[in-house]
Amino acid sequence: MRIKNVFLAGVAVLTVSMIMPARPSGGTVSGKITYEGTPAKQKPIDMSKEPTCAKQYTTPPTTETVVTGANNALENVVVYISAGAPDEAAPSKAAVFTQKGCRYLPHVLAFQVNQELEVMNEDQTSHNIHPLAKINREWNKSQPPGTPPIVDKYDKMEFIPVKCNIHPWMHGTFAVLKNSHYAISGSDGGFALPNLPAGKYTITAWHESYGEQSQDVTISGSETKTVSFTFKAKPY
Amino acid sequence: MNISKWFAGIAILLAAPLFVSAQQGESHIGKVSGNAGAGKQLYYRYCWGCHGFRGDGSGENWMPTGSFASSPYLNIQPRNFVAATFKCRSTPTGTLPTDQDIYNSLVRGLTNSNMPSWITLTDQNRADLVAFIKTLSERWKTEKAGAEINVPAEPALTVQSIQHGKELFTKLECWKCHGPEGRGDGPSASTLTDSNDQPIRPYNFAGGSRFKCGTTNHDLYKIFMTGLDGTPMPSFADVIKPEDAWDLVHYLRTLQVSHKSPELVLWEGTKEGAEIVKAQKLHGTPTGSGVAQ
Repeated sequence: MRIKNVFLAGVAVLTVSMIMPARPSGGTVSGKITYEGTPAKQKPIDMSKEPTCAKQYTTPPTTETVVTGANNALENVVVYISAGAPDEAAPSKAAVFTQKGCRYLPHVLAFQVNQELEVMNEDQTSHNIHPLAKINREWNKSQPPGTPPIVDKYDKMEFIPVKCNIHPWMHGTFAVLKNSHYAISGSDGGFALPNLPAGKYTITAWHESYGEQSQDVTISGSETKTVSFTFKAKPY
Repeated sequence: MNISKWFAGIAILLAAPLFVSAQQGESHIGKVSGNAGAGKQLYYRYCWGCHGFRGDGSGENWMPTGSFASSPYLNIQPRNFVAATFKCRSTPTGTLPTDQDIYNSLVRGLTNSNMPSWITLTDQNRADLVAFIKTLSERWKTEKAGAEINVPAEPALTVQSIQHGKELFTKLECWKCHGPEGRGDGPSASTLTDSNDQPIRPYNFAGGSRFKCGTTNHDLYKIFMTGLDGTPMPSFADVIKPEDAWDLVHYLRTLQVSHKSPELVLWEGTKEGAEIVKAQKLHGTPTGSGVAQ
């Protein structure tokens, strides 16, 4: 009886793993985020008031309000589907936001509505985590070194600026999104939204300094469509 | 039997929405029940000049219109009741305050701001205002007030308790904003802004004013455990054990050098405490008393 159950389970697993790759994975929207113009010069951060953080850097890190790469690539842009995709239940894996060297890793963290958020402090100093939510609840919690992660979730979509009042140079963003189709542009400005079922979508790109842009795209079958965004950079 | 149960169920279902809508227009402070309709009359007589027509904290006393549009009259923006983020709460950070919390702010006023004490109104008036304030934000329709944090009975005051509180003040880095002597002059103090990007000052314990949210040890306990939402002051509820919290309360009292509290008297009676308090009173300069910067 028991052996039979194990055998059946094994067959089930094999069947699923054989079917999975054969299933059409849907279409993909990919592209590149660039800027034109002169972006604001990022300033070195003076961490001398927090020696435990300052000593982690040989050259002082710079602010991250605009992070760029080669060939006018724009980093840290949240690309997501703002219309056309149904709202999705949150994944069980927590989104992790780490404070290290008095900076936020990652600088922009995207996760889903009602997905668990874990905030860690890997520094030897206290931070206070203060997400300045306007649509969601605004809270502000102290997190001394060596204390457990702060766990929370947000129940509405919002781009929430995050700051630490003790270390005024620390700025980040929580991008709370309604579905799992999102990406954050990397150092080459590239992004990809795979596994999109056929349909008409509005793709929106959000940048913390340059705002939002949207484009409509229609996906049929397993095609890959290229959608690119160019933001106008302001020098100040 | 079954049918009567069924009827009872239907009755509850029908009554539920009525009950909810009634609650939204009401407040309950002890035995007094406030009514939003009556509160509305009072709001548009006493409050809207600062808190605004819609309750969003942008009344004309805060930000005048016309040629003075860019220079606010008040140095702290009046509370935005639409956002419903309140400083003085007995509830955890990020949650709505209780009716009693808002009522207490009306009674006390808010020290170091333009919000006066509304002690001249009757208990009923204030309860009515609380009921009306709760109609100004959508949040009250979908959320309940947070659960009041548990404040255990205050343990006996001892020198050890004050000394331990002093260690916590250093360890939890309260001094980063409030300064090593609690004068509101810590290394981060000058950079602080509230959630509207307005500059804000940390509390100066030596200054002699009351706390923003009350005067008692019990109030002080709640201030750092709940945090003052909308300001840089965070909640320490997850990182301070209740018995430690009381030690911190006892130490913080000794920083109020112009207020002769039992804590200050006891502290000044010790050699260590007498030296520190003397230096704080005379010089007002950092004593370097155990603060490793």
